[in-house]
Amino acid sequence: MADIATTAPRKIIKGIDLKYQPGFSQITWFCIVVLYAPIAVLVLFSFNENRSVTVWTQFSLDWYAKAWENEGIQHAALVSLEVAFVAMVISTILATMAALVTTRTPPYRGMNIAVAVINQPLMVPEVVTAVATLIFFAIIKQATGISGIGYLIAAHTAFCIPFAYMPIRARLEDMDLSLEQAAADLYAPPFKVFRRVTLPLLMPGILAGAMLAFIVSLDDVIITLFVAGPGETTLPLYILGQIRRGVTPEINAVSTVFLGISVILVTFIFLFGKDKK
Amino acid sequence: MSDQPSANIQLSSSAVAEEKRLRNTRLGLLAPGILTIFCIGIMPLSIVLVYSFLEPGDFGGVSWVLSFDAYVQLLFEEDIFDETLSFTTDYLQIFLRSVSLGLFTTIACLLVGFPTAYFIATQPPARRNAWLFLITIPFWTNLLIRTYAMLLILRDQGIINLALIEIGLIDRAIPLLYTDFAVCLGLVYAYLPFMVLPIFASLEKLDFRLVEASYDLYATRFKVLKRIIIPLAKPGIAAGCILVLIPSLGAFITPALLGGGKSLMIGNLIELQFGQARNWPFGSAIALVLMVLVMLSLMTYLRYGTTRKGAPGHG
Amino acid sequence: MSDQTATAAIDIRETSKIYGRDRESGVVALDQVSLAIRDNEFFTLLGPSGCGKTTLLRLIAGFEQPTHGEILLFGQHLEGLPPYKRPVNTVFQHYALFPHMTVAENISFGLEMLDTPATQISSTVKEVLGLVQMEHLANRKTDQLSGGQQQRVALARALAPKPKVLLLDEPLSALDFKLRKEMQVELKRLQNETGITFIFVTHDQEEALTMSDRVAVMRDGLILQVGNPRDIYDRPAKRFVADFIGDINILKGRILSKNGAQAMVKLNAGYQGTAGLPAETDSLGDEVSIAIRPEQLSFASGAGPEHLSGSIQHISYFGSGFDYEIVMPTGETIMLQLQNRGAGDHAYAVGDQARIAISENSMQILAD
Repeated sequence: MADIATTAPRKIIKGIDLKYQPGFSQITWFCIVVLYAPIAVLVLFSFNENRSVTVWTQFSLDWYAKAWENEGIQHAALVSLEVAFVAMVISTILATMAALVTTRTPPYRGMNIAVAVINQPLMVPEVVTAVATLIFFAIIKQATGISGIGYLIAAHTAFCIPFAYMPIRARLEDMDLSLEQAAADLYAPPFKVFRRVTLPLLMPGILAGAMLAFIVSLDDVIITLFVAGPGETTLPLYILGQIRRGVTPEINAVSTVFLGISVILVTFIFLFGKDKK
Repeated sequence: MSDQPSANIQLSSSAVAEEKRLRNTRLGLLAPGILTIFCIGIMPLSIVLVYSFLEPGDFGGVSWVLSFDAYVQLLFEEDIFDETLSFTTDYLQIFLRSVSLGLFTTIACLLVGFPTAYFIATQPPARRNAWLFLITIPFWTNLLIRTYAMLLILRDQGIINLALIEIGLIDRAIPLLYTDFAVCLGLVYAYLPFMVLPIFASLEKLDFRLVEASYDLYATRFKVLKRIIIPLAKPGIAAGCILVLIPSLGAFITPALLGGGKSLMIGNLIELQFGQARNWPFGSAIALVLMVLVMLSLMTYLRYGTTRKGAPGHG
Repeated sequence: MSDQTATAAIDIRETSKIYGRDRESGVVALDQVSLAIRDNEFFTLLGPSGCGKTTLLRLIAGFEQPTHGEILLFGQHLEGLPPYKRPVNTVFQHYALFPHMTVAENISFGLEMLDTPATQISSTVKEVLGLVQMEHLANRKTDQLSGGQQQRVALARALAPKPKVLLLDEPLSALDFKLRKEMQVELKRLQNETGITFIFVTHDQEEALTMSDRVAVMRDGLILQVGNPRDIYDRPAKRFVADFIGDINILKGRILSKNGAQAMVKLNAGYQGTAGLPAETDSLGDEVSIAIRPEQLSFASGAGPEHLSGSIQHISYFGSGFDYEIVMPTGETIMLQLQNRGAGDHAYAVGDQARIAISENSMQILAD
C-alpha cells in the first residue's frame, strides 16, 4: 500500500496547467503559420512591381489596375455576383422555412429524413453532384429548349441551402419556445407571432446564413465548371482558366481581392453568429 | 387510475384538428426546400446510375443503347484491332491513389488538427475566439485560391526551392510539384480546418473535472490524453475524419493544379470524361464508384463514430 | 356563495391529457379531471412535479388540446380555440419577456394585438405599471432588469389586456426567499384589487396555504382534494394530502361509531375520542388511518388527561421550537411539536417517558 505514494509522482495541477499538453501549442502555431504562409506570399506578390512571382522588386498597384480594367474579369465578377446574390436570397428563404419546422419540435415522422435531405449536398462529393446536375439539366434543355443562367442559379441555390440552414437552425435552437407561446397567449395569431417575435430574434442567424450562402456560391468551382454555359464564366472559373495558362501577378491581384471579400464576410458572420446571451 | 381498455385513443375533435393543422404547416414550409434539393441534388443521382449503362453519343451526351461498356472499361482495355479484352490497372491505380491519398490526408490532418483543436479549446474565452477566427478564415476562403497559393510555393521557382538553394542544401530545384506528395500536401492544406473545427466543438464541451480527477488518481499527462481526453473527443474526431475523407476522395481542384496530368485522382478522371474524352457513361460509372467509396466511408463512420441511435455520442 | 347560481369562471369536465398512441404505452398527464373554479377566486393547483398541474394550466391557456373532456370559460367552450382566441393570459415561470422590446412595449403587446386604439393603450400601460409599481422603468430593456422586476413586468403584461382569468405557472420559483414572501403578498393584493380569477400553480405547500382562497391538491394526473387552506390542512382526505402539506402523524385505530361528519374512534395506542370522517367512507375498512398534526399534541401536565404515552427517542431544535420524536408501546412513532414559550419546555430529554395530550377535535380519519 505504501508503494503507491512513492512510485507514481503525484502531479496535482490547478488552473490552466490542468489542460496543458506538451507540444500542442507549438503544433498549433505551426498549423496557423502553414495555413497562412502561402496566402501571405500570394498577397505579398500581388503588390510586386515586376512580373515574377518570386523575386521582389518594388511595391506597385499596377496589377490591380490591370485586373480592374480587364474585361474578362469584369464580366466574370458580375456573373459571380449575380448568381451568388440570387442563390443567397432564395436559399436563405427556403432554409429559414425548413429550419422553422425542423427545430424545437419533438421528433415527428419524416423529420430525420427531411433533415438528411437538407444536408445531403454536404455529404456527396461535389464532383458527383456536378455530374448529376449536368446530366439532368442537359436532359431538360433538350426537352424544353430553354437555356440560360437560371440553371446555374438553380444549381447554386440547391447546394447553398444547407449552408444557410446551419446558422439559422443554431440560432433557432437557442430561442426559447416560451416567447412565442407568450405572444400567442397575448392574442397574436401565428403570422404576427412570426413577424413580431420570431423573426426579429432570428435575424442574426438569418443574416449569418445568408452571408454563408453568398460566400459558398461565390467560391464554388466544380459544380460551376460542369454546369455553366458559355458566357456564364464566374470569377473562380476565370481564375482557373488563367492558372492553367500560366502564373501571373494579375491572378495574384484578383485572388487577393477575392480573399479580402471573403475575410470581410467571414468577419460579419462571426459577429452575427455569436451567441448574444 | 380509471380502468380503461387499451384501445387506441379516440381523440377529441379539437385535438384532431390541431394535429392536422400542424401537419399542414410543416408540409408547407418544408416542401419547397426539400423539393429543390431533391430535384437538383438527389434525383439526378439516379439519372447518373441510368447513364452509366448507356453508350456514349457521337457528339457528347449519350445514345440510348443498353451497354455495360462503361463498367467493363474500368478494368479492361479493348485492343483496337482484335477487340480482345485485357486487364488493365490504369484506372485501378487512380482509384487506389485517391483512396490512399484520402487516407493519408485524413491521418495527417488528424495528427496536426487534434493538438491544434485541443490547444484552442483550452484557451481562455477571449483568446479562444481570436484563435477560432483565425482558423475559420481559411475554412471559408476560396479553395482554388488557396491551392493556387500552395502552387506558388511548391513550384520550381517557388519559395521552398529558392530557400533551399539559398541555404545551399541543394543545387537545382527539386520538382516538388506534380507529384503525389504535392497533391497530398495540397489536400491537407485544403481540409485541415475541416478537421480542427469538429474536434474543437467536441473538446469545448469536455468536462475538465474528469481530467482533474484522473490527475488526482496518479495518471500521467500522456495517459490522461490517451485514456480520457481522446475517447471523450471521439465524436468530434470521427466527424472531422469523415469531413476530410469524403472531399479528399472526390477532390478535383487540388490534383488538377498540383498534380498536373501525372497525379490524377477520381475527380479529374470524371472531369475528363465530360470534357475532352466525351464519354458520359464512363464518367457516370466512375462517379458511381466514387459514391460507393463515399457510402462505405459513411457507413464506417456511422458504425464506429456514433452511438447506436445515429447521433454522435460519447465514446 | 353557492356554486349552483354563479357560472364557474373555469369549468373543467372529465378532462384527460394523454401523450402517445394509447393508454398503455402513453403518458397519462391528466386522468379524467373535473374542477370548477369560481369567479374572483385565488385558486391554487398544488402538487409535486409530474402531477399534472402545469398540464392543466396549459390546457386552459390553449397551448395544448385535451385528449378528452371539456373546458369552459364562464360557460363558453374553449376546446379547439387556439391561445390567441382565449381571453385568458399567462404569467410564465421564467417570465418569457420579449428581449427585443422595452418594458412598456412588452406590456402593450397584448393590447396592440387586440387592435386597441393608441391612446387607450398608453393609459392602460400607465395604469398597469402603477399597479405593479414599475412606472419608473417603462423604457428599460427587459434584460437590464432584476428577477423581481422582470416578474412584475410579466404580471403587468398579462394583466394589461384585462383577461377574464389569469394563469400563473410557478412564477415565484426563481426568486429568493425574501422576495418570494413579498411577492406573495403582492399577488394576493393584486387579485383583490383587480377582481380577476387567479389560477396559481406551485409545488410549495406553504405558498399555497398562504395565498389561496381554495387549493386543489394533485398527484399523478388526479385531483385528490379541493378545499380552502384550513380544510386541506386540518381535514386531509387522503394520506398523500396529509403528508404533502406540513408534517403529519398517522396512527392506526378502529371506528366505534359514526355520527354525521364525525366518528368515535379508538386508537391502537389506546386513546378513544372523536375524529372527522372523510367525504368518501365506502373504502374504509375495519382498521383505519388517523391523522394528527404535530402541533395538536402537547405534553400532558400532571393534572390533565393523558391520551398517549411513550418514550422520547429524538429531539430536534429548529429555532422557534422543538420537535420531539416519541415511540409508543404499539411500535408507532409520533412527532410532537412545541413552540418556544418558556424555560419549562426544555425539561424533556431523550429517553424520558412522555405523557401526551391530543387537542380536541384535531383527529382526522383518512380515506386511504
